[in-house]
Amino acid sequence: MRVKRSRVSQILAGILVNAIYEMKNYPVVTISTVISPLSLLAVVAFVSNGDLLGTAVAGGLIMIFFSSGIALQSDLAHLKNDYKLQDMIVSSPTSAKMYLTGMSLAEIIYTIPGIVILVILASIYIHPDLFQMVILAGVLFLLFALSIAIGFMLATLSIDVVQSYAFSRLLSLLFTTLPPVYYPITLVPYPFNYLAYLSPTTYAAEIMHWTIGALELSRTHLFVDLTVLMGTSAIIMFVAVKKSRWREV
Amino acid sequence: MGRLDCITLTKVYDNRQVALDKVSFSVETKGIFGLIGRNGAGKTTLIRILATELEPTSGSAFIDGLDVFNQAHKLRERITIIPQEARAVRWMTPKQTVFSYLLWRGYPYKEANRLAEESLTKLGLTPFRDVLNSKLSGGTKRKVLIATVIASEAPIIFLDEPTVGLDPISRRELWDILRELGKSRFIFLTTHYLEEAEQLANKLGILKEGKLISVGDLAELRKNVRYQYSLKLSTKIAVPKTDDAEITVSNNGYTQIMTNEEEAFRLARLFSEQGVKFSITPITLDDIFFRLACQRAGDEGET
Repeated sequence: MRVKRSRVSQILAGILVNAIYEMKNYPVVTISTVISPLSLLAVVAFVSNGDLLGTAVAGGLIMIFFSSGIALQSDLAHLKNDYKLQDMIVSSPTSAKMYLTGMSLAEIIYTIPGIVILVILASIYIHPDLFQMVILAGVLFLLFALSIAIGFMLATLSIDVVQSYAFSRLLSLLFTTLPPVYYPITLVPYPFNYLAYLSPTTYAAEIMHWTIGALELSRTHLFVDLTVLMGTSAIIMFVAVKKSRWREV
Repeated sequence: MGRLDCITLTKVYDNRQVALDKVSFSVETKGIFGLIGRNGAGKTTLIRILATELEPTSGSAFIDGLDVFNQAHKLRERITIIPQEARAVRWMTPKQTVFSYLLWRGYPYKEANRLAEESLTKLGLTPFRDVLNSKLSGGTKRKVLIATVIASEAPIIFLDEPTVGLDPISRRELWDILRELGKSRFIFLTTHYLEEAEQLANKLGILKEGKLISVGDLAELRKNVRYQYSLKLSTKIAVPKTDDAEITVSNNGYTQIMTNEEEAFRLARLFSEQGVKFSITPITLDDIFFRLACQRAGDEGET
């Protein structure tokens, strides 16, 4: 028989499996996703006597968006290798695009409780106007797209779920904890400030810190930051699309 | 009636391992086709290629006229698979498992819900519908996966070793389900349980080291081996002289004589006259498989 396939259903399936059902059946997982960005935020806020609370909130948002994209890597690898779910989906009418869209949205939904808390903190301590909100949202969207691309590429190549989880944690640490996202780059001493520029999250953090008035940047510097961030996202997206495997060879 | 056609299908992996070597066969997409072979024979590679998960190195395959490689998108509307080692996701319930799979197949929400309920009821899973998969027994978890493919309404079902790890009772319960399912849909099944293949499949294929060495129903497979009859004796006796037979004595004292029909009945008469207890049967799939797939080239027919 001929069934009219609904793309909305296909996306919804990913959201249900990768977020809603897990949060509903194991509520404790939600707590851990909230605690991670808030704990670093608390440390930075206490150590700076509250002076860096605004930048730390921005850092928390960077961490939560970037980490949720990177988490896609381990989640997809887990479902692919341990449950063979991806094999079942490849042989179904779902396309790679629909599968990835659902699973990616699930990562964001999974972190909504953390995002809500950070947005409330941002509205209290940063008071962003509409222009600032648009820039912050744009940068976070770019970061999320970048991390999703990395996550999908690594997941399709992964055959070992233990390594996937370890790699996810490592990437999160390298890109959201070590670089200056919770505090301005001006606090990082020479030569480490140059090393920080190896991480795309540093560029995102600079733009966000500038947006909320925690960092002064020239127009050229801002332009370079934006170009690097967009360029890196585009390159990794391109590589991800080229290298990732849906039907195996 | 549709057909599944494989034409010189070959798969060589990156490490140069030849998983499939010019496999060609054609079967009707009706009933249950059982593919048997030892571990590493290429069963999973073949089923993954046919289920559009894996690209072959060369060759072609068609299912109901659709090219497996160039018309995969259309074919995926008609097929479903339970891969080897597939498991029901532990943080979901049976209802959520079946329902989400149907959503992935593109069913609208209400329709997916209805089909999921129907399928769970059909397999007697209603009492477990809201229990976490992680808390279900192995047999019930496997039934949940079977429920997903039943609910999908796909007319072609690939099952890669679906009963591995199940206890004998759960296995037989699944056989009943598959037998019933095979009446309305085509099931392509791989297994290394010969009893399972014999019980379920209308047609069988034997894979050995990437080569398909025999295809057909049991009667047709029997023709491919030298001896078609087997006599089993529970006592050790001096076996009468015979020119054309293979005699095996097992550790527990059983003697098996494999021979042709004429010789089998001659020996049977002789044993009856001597009052020796024995059984006589056409050779089983076990015998055929052992002779075709497990013995080295050149062993066939030696006495």
